[in-house]
Amino acid sequence: MFYIYCPYCKEHREEEEFHPRGQAHLLRPEDPENTSDEEWGDYLFFRDNPRGIHHEMWVHSVGCRKFFNITRNTVTYEILETYPMGEQPTITAETERVRKEQGVQAADGGWQTVGARPENKALNEETSS
Amino acid sequence: MSDVKEFQSRPTDTSRAESPLEWSLHEQKSLPHASNPGVILSEKPFMGQLILRGGAIVMDEAVREVMDMALPAKPLAVVSDDSGERSIQWLSPDEWLVIVPGGEEFELEQKLRQSLGQAHFSIVNVSGGQTLMSLKGSRAREVLMKSISYDVHPHAFPVGKGVSTTFAKATIIVRRTQEDGWELILRRSFADYCYRWLLDASREYGVSVTR
Repeated sequence: MFYIYCPYCKEHREEEEFHPRGQAHLLRPEDPENTSDEEWGDYLFFRDNPRGIHHEMWVHSVGCRKFFNITRNTVTYEILETYPMGEQPTITAETERVRKEQGVQAADGGWQTVGARPENKALNEETSS
Repeated sequence: MSDVKEFQSRPTDTSRAESPLEWSLHEQKSLPHASNPGVILSEKPFMGQLILRGGAIVMDEAVREVMDMALPAKPLAVVSDDSGERSIQWLSPDEWLVIVPGGEEFELEQKLRQSLGQAHFSIVNVSGGQTLMSLKGSRAREVLMKSISYDVHPHAFPVGKGVSTTFAKATIIVRRTQEDGWELILRRSFADYCYRWLLDASREYGVSVTR
């Protein structure tokens, strides 16, 4: 039970009201006649399965019944942003990587807080006496 | 004027119409009638209901011209006219639900089509597909708290708001058009289920059903 922000209803709604519809930003090949079988296969069947930031299409099926996009972290399940169809995400794997390099707290698998990761691996291991 | 075929779906002869809750209410030999009811349920059957779809600006102009009401522009808003009998509800950025007293909807549809002309729009008469139920009483909010996951506290759900959400295992539209009561819009096929759920949920507070 958690809440998802619907960019059309402009408020947080119960997760139960939504349905996921897979990877976002898929474009149908513009010229199907001259598209190779491989490109068609990619478009129809092959989806990204990243570890980390992923952009997905969801539908507010019980509420306004509009599709929108979610940027989600597939490791922590954290929803970083939601935005209407036709818009581009402000958070991508690239921006997250830059944030992390600059030492900003970033949501990622395991080490949520800067400084939580032990500097020295030995510090985290039991010492045998 | 578009070349869409229009027809009067409401029988104008003497044939008897049955509301979606007819069977449920008929099935109970006597309607629940608590002496000091915390919850009062009543169906408002046979209201005229239209779904308008199209661009907000052209639709707003047409609605102002025909109904003398403004289209609710804010998400989840419901506006009513002064008499409280006609209302327009925001359902999605390009979709609105208009509810008028039964019998007015066909004329309204024709006038709206006339006014919208060649604009890109759609009007569907859904009067037969859903029904209105009024939920009143001092414990009405508690019944809703048991039935829907949406926050119905007055600070989150002021008068003039309406949402489409899950109710028990069905989908309904919940709206607040006046201070002392709620309106539920039930789909025809879910009406009996929702009605029974409401009876069960409000039993502990004392329930009275009026027709």
